[in-house]
Amino acid sequence: MDIANIQGYAYVGAMGFLIVVLYAYIYHLYTKRKNADGTDYEEYSNMALHDDLSDAPVADRFDAKKK
Amino acid sequence: MENRPLEYDYTVAKWFMWSTIILGIVGMTIGVFIAFELAFPSLNLVLGDGLAEYTNFSRLRPLHTDAVAFGFTVSGIFATWYYVGQRVLKVSMAESKFLMTLGKAHFILYILGVTAAVITLFMGYTSSKEYAEFEWPVDIAIVIVWVMWGMSIFGLIGIRREKSLYISVWYYIATFLGVAMLYLFNNMEIPTYFASGGHGDIMHSVSAYAGSNDALVQWWYGHNAVAFVFTVPIIAMIYYFLPKESGQAIYSYKLSLLSFWGLMFVYLWAGGHHLLFSTVPDWIQTMGSVFSIVLILPSWGSAINMLLTLKGEWQQVASSPLIKFLLLASTFYMFSTLEGPVQAVKSVNAIAHFTDWIPGHVHDGTLGWVGFMIIASLFHMAPRIFKRELYSKSLMTAQFWIQTLGIVFYFTSMWVGGITQGMMWRSHDEYGNLAYSFMDTVAVLHPYMILRGIGGALFLIGVFMWAYNIYKTMSARPIEESELQSATPMGA
Repeated sequence: MDIANIQGYAYVGAMGFLIVVLYAYIYHLYTKRKNADGTDYEEYSNMALHDDLSDAPVADRFDAKKK
Repeated sequence: MENRPLEYDYTVAKWFMWSTIILGIVGMTIGVFIAFELAFPSLNLVLGDGLAEYTNFSRLRPLHTDAVAFGFTVSGIFATWYYVGQRVLKVSMAESKFLMTLGKAHFILYILGVTAAVITLFMGYTSSKEYAEFEWPVDIAIVIVWVMWGMSIFGLIGIRREKSLYISVWYYIATFLGVAMLYLFNNMEIPTYFASGGHGDIMHSVSAYAGSNDALVQWWYGHNAVAFVFTVPIIAMIYYFLPKESGQAIYSYKLSLLSFWGLMFVYLWAGGHHLLFSTVPDWIQTMGSVFSIVLILPSWGSAINMLLTLKGEWQQVASSPLIKFLLLASTFYMFSTLEGPVQAVKSVNAIAHFTDWIPGHVHDGTLGWVGFMIIASLFHMAPRIFKRELYSKSLMTAQFWIQTLGIVFYFTSMWVGGITQGMMWRSHDEYGNLAYSFMDTVAVLHPYMILRGIGGALFLIGVFMWAYNIYKTMSARPIEESELQSATPMGA
């Protein structure tokens, strides 16, 4: 097998790997909130909408108790 | 001592706001002038033969590009960071004396760096690499300024109250890391004075790379400067300012995350499209084309996400000129991120390469996307910084239409002119003799050059209207904090 063949197989392999990573990430984003301590990423929009200093953070960094 | 409630401290944001406006006026005025130089070459000698060195196109062109990219845009990035960063992390700069001092020092050093860059470029010191013209002492100053900004970003993140980082913060971090990497590698240069033991000009340097390698590194930098100065931080802005101004949550926060990682992965590989049909290996050219096409996906992911954020709230586009700016910015982003990949296809590039269609494409993005986004961001920030309503809604509306018309003049003239140019260059008779001389194309392009200059001038007029509106906002009607929740209050 010459270098061009190796490059070809490596290319196809890398594409397959990256597609798996991409879909795994999408799966992760959708399933995370279903866990007991999961996160609904859509709530993060509120970081911009409620951004006064007096507004409660979406998740308080100093809050020891997790919901 | 008076016991006042803690507030966000916009001192540094305000300083950078003014540098954005001033450097925007400087950079775009030079831009309009050199556009007319291309239409009327006698303008190169407008101040006489003796001063032609300072007024000719080749001396002024880097001043235009560097002033709008590293002056106007980078100032806008810093201004919005010092505003948005505090708000989405829910921490005030007033809470840290160190970060406050660092922020102020960052601004002062930035202004000194900009001054050094302008003076050296005017004097003719250049490393001759596009968008990386600054000579080595200025490069060192820029690196220090950039590191200070990084310290500000991570310092503020370090004392935040909000546990997670808002999507805009990710984009600002990517801007910092991306530019740091690109700038350092592309500006690897050897000062010849020191390398030769004291010969020649102390300012002069040569690139550490040679030949095709130098070109490759340069366009890896050049293209990704577009990525990390004109795209990534501007997306950071729209992900904050559009939801905030419209009062609407991002249509899909998950899509914003997915697009972020997609953009980060794909963008860095696309720079090879600047070197199609040149002496770099064929596979690099093909890779540049392919990744440019793939780049449509994450780009449109962000842009569609922004358009859909206005779902059910489209009446805001009609009623608010600020939403008009934001919507059109996002639309121009879609438009230029489709046009770019089309130009990167080899068969299209065979016509487009080196023609005026390329600056036409660049200006769709920089005027329509970057320019509108920075203008809108500062319009949103000014009333919150000064605690006053925005001076004039009707002036803003007029500015929007004048600038939109200017952009249309710009890109339509460069499309028609550029494609005409490309077709004339390649047309030949049945024996393979070229049908046209270079001067034939210059004559044909003359009206398009004039139209381009008019388009740029209209945009510049709008920039002056913007500056005036923000200046007058400082003394407009005072307003309460409660009026600033979402839509920006505006005077008639």
